[in-house]
Amino acid sequence: MSASHSFLKDLDYSVVQQCMHCGLCLPTCPTYTATHLERNSPRGRISLVRAIADGRLDVARPFGEEMYFCLGCLACMSACPAGVNYADIFEHARAEAEASGVLKSPKRNFIRWLTVKWLFMDLRRLRLLARMIRLYQWLGLQTLLRSSGVLRLLPERLRGLEAMTPTIPPKFSAELIAPVTPAIGPKRYRVAMLVGCAQDIIFSEINRDTVEVLARNGCEVVTPPNQCCCGSLHAHNGEWALAQKLARQTIDQFPPSEFDAIISNAGGCGSHLKHYAKLLADDPAYIERAHQWDAKLKDVHEWLIQIGIRPVPADHAPPQVVTYHESCHLSHGQKITAQPRQLLQAIPNLTLVELPESNWCCGSAGIYNITQPEMANKLLERKMRNIKSTGAVIVANGNSGCLLQLINGARLHNVPVRVTHPVTLLAEAYRRADQKKGSVL
Amino acid sequence: MSSLENLLGKLRQAVGTDQVLTALEDLIPYSFDGTAALRQMPGCVVFAQTTDQVAAVLKLANETKTPVVTRGTGTGLSGGSLPIPDSIVLCTAKMDRVLEVDQKNLTLLAEAGTTTQAVADAAGAVNLFYPPDPGSMKISTIGGNVAENSGGLRGLKYGVTRNYVMGMEAVLPQGEVMWLGNKCVKDVAGFSLKDLFVGSEGTLGVITRVLLKLIPKPAAKRTMLATYNRMDQAAETISAIIAAQIIPCTLEFLDRTTIGCVEDYVHIGLPLDCEALLLMETDGHPAVVAEEAERMVKICREHGCREVRIAKDEDEANQLASARRTAFSALARVGPTTILEDATVPRSELAPMIRFIQSVAVNYKLRIGTFGHMGDGNLHPTFLTDERNHAEMERVEKAMKEIFSEALRLGGTITGEHGVGVAKKRFLPQALGETSIRVMRELRRALDPNGILNPGKMFD
Repeated sequence: MSASHSFLKDLDYSVVQQCMHCGLCLPTCPTYTATHLERNSPRGRISLVRAIADGRLDVARPFGEEMYFCLGCLACMSACPAGVNYADIFEHARAEAEASGVLKSPKRNFIRWLTVKWLFMDLRRLRLLARMIRLYQWLGLQTLLRSSGVLRLLPERLRGLEAMTPTIPPKFSAELIAPVTPAIGPKRYRVAMLVGCAQDIIFSEINRDTVEVLARNGCEVVTPPNQCCCGSLHAHNGEWALAQKLARQTIDQFPPSEFDAIISNAGGCGSHLKHYAKLLADDPAYIERAHQWDAKLKDVHEWLIQIGIRPVPADHAPPQVVTYHESCHLSHGQKITAQPRQLLQAIPNLTLVELPESNWCCGSAGIYNITQPEMANKLLERKMRNIKSTGAVIVANGNSGCLLQLINGARLHNVPVRVTHPVTLLAEAYRRADQKKGSVL
Repeated sequence: MSSLENLLGKLRQAVGTDQVLTALEDLIPYSFDGTAALRQMPGCVVFAQTTDQVAAVLKLANETKTPVVTRGTGTGLSGGSLPIPDSIVLCTAKMDRVLEVDQKNLTLLAEAGTTTQAVADAAGAVNLFYPPDPGSMKISTIGGNVAENSGGLRGLKYGVTRNYVMGMEAVLPQGEVMWLGNKCVKDVAGFSLKDLFVGSEGTLGVITRVLLKLIPKPAAKRTMLATYNRMDQAAETISAIIAAQIIPCTLEFLDRTTIGCVEDYVHIGLPLDCEALLLMETDGHPAVVAEEAERMVKICREHGCREVRIAKDEDEANQLASARRTAFSALARVGPTTILEDATVPRSELAPMIRFIQSVAVNYKLRIGTFGHMGDGNLHPTFLTDERNHAEMERVEKAMKEIFSEALRLGGTITGEHGVGVAKKRFLPQALGETSIRVMRELRRALDPNGILNPGKMFD
């Protein structure tokens, strides 16, 4: 990317102009609500983008910082009466901030290189790192270090990060899921299942449950090992070229013509995965497949409701009170709000209690909880307060980033809830019914 | 800018260093309000958190003759809070507490930066009702509503913001703090200065607290939707409902262009070949509501409606209302620039006015969708355009001029609820006449001799 290239001047001006600055986004924006400053609001940020596109403002550090203070939760897109594509503006703006280099510092450069450009470009590296962390946790080193107080010697930010380290389960997705899982009963569909990057490692059991639920609903599920990252992380962090590279790799691995649907079970990834055609618009070799891909990409809740969930026989399991926290990119990004609730309500003996502010960001927002811990913690605290108010014993959520954030939140704020994916609850219900019948999967 | 720079230090002393914004990245987001195609950079933005701070800022501004533009959350549609070059934008958004809900006197006291929604919620929490519901109520401030005398969808039955203002605290340019009005239903002591401040658009003083009237919540509501092949049939229905001495709480109208845009956007099965759609609601005692709804349906049929539906339950009511609720969004998606106007005529002139707007759209080759509050004659001709297309913008300008002239000729007004600000300033003399303008100018000068409050707005 040449230094003179401007992502914002390339951005279709009518996208920016579509904002009529009515202000209806303000009350839904977590950062504006916290600060009451227009600059921290969607319309304020759009006005800065427009000023740059007009040549009234230079890209400088405050602009870059502002675009990274934005969570990218897209709540504004649900509120916007004029249908402004804020996601597009936001990604262009972050790309501009990266290309201009206004945020560069040795430490930031190193961290970005390590994560965005190295670890997540080849997931074998990420899995290796996860194995090392797993060893650290298994050998009891983590418990030892945490209780010894040695960690207090670390700088505050690193200490915070250490506390957020997720527990790495014994097996990753490929060790739990066969490359092809046959449909249980008559085969109705052939689908591909994307295991994700962090999800593959940290929530491998949710992936297994997803495959199981799909199979129980007549889907043959193709889940090859060694999948790559979908590039969502890269696109949201201003690395377009890398995002394009990963999109091509993903399409190559899952030729869309071979499947009835391509399933994602992480709201954040799905929101990005559905827009490969836009990302690859200038690539004649891929554009046709990218359009096909976008049409076939389905969030797991969306797909299950679309094909009809096989009824779960009633059982005598103790009633569970469940509340549902919406992943921003599932609800605002993909507009999938009813389906996860319908899925949960298909489970016998499950009472769904609405979570106040259920579509308000939990502060996870990709890697926001690492880059902007202060704001992220405020949002987490607000989320945990709301969860507590429901009296639920289970919080269901359809995105790995939020799941991690909520697990940490429950621990930090002493809220005794189990945090899991709706699909896991459905898989458990099927299994309970099987046990009752005495049959085995 | 130099006088402003000298002032900045003192402003920071008055309100706190972090409450004064001067960086370009901080100011650009304050260089506009909700009005289309208007932009102007301020000199600085100052947040006041108390009445004393407002007084201190005004005093400093008055001494240095620095213009002050008061701003809530910047949702206005006439440029009332559009900055003036080198001005102080005095932002009240952080003064946002509901101070008291008085259930014995049915009043509510709030700071100026409280959102309209928060006012409505605080009233609703004790089963009371604050009726004015401007389209931006989720984020507009009550101070801004009072300063602009905002309307909403309930004007016909419940009136507008003015009808609910019982009192206010306002700060004059010299820094004096003044209480106007009180909790008495009757009060004829002296001039009703609070009424002068309602709709004064930030030109007379800065409103810091508002005392509002609340009413009991209506117990029941019925919602109906009717479609018409001809506009006149819809207009005649409205007249007949009023003549039958029914005062519905909602009588909303969509024209053919708007119906088409709504259907394109939400696909709810609206007939694309009808000329008018009416959304009607009646509220009050359940028995009265049931009887009125029945009579309204009958009147619709008598006036040749194509179809009329009456909602069975709240879900269906919401579904019917969604046609009207999404009208503006549906129009806003069509063109990059959306200009929402609010020409208003006496109810009896609605049909000719709507036809006139449609002919203007044809003559000037423009897309204008009209919807609005049929019950109170307040129309929203909405221009779907592109501000970068200068030739088209010139035609928009001419079309608007014709529409306002026609509204005035029919005994109407240039603005029903958005205010004059910058957007309607050039039409005001024609609307009010020389004498009115002169009296207003003298009043303004008496209160603001240095002319620091929102100069250039409303009239010179």
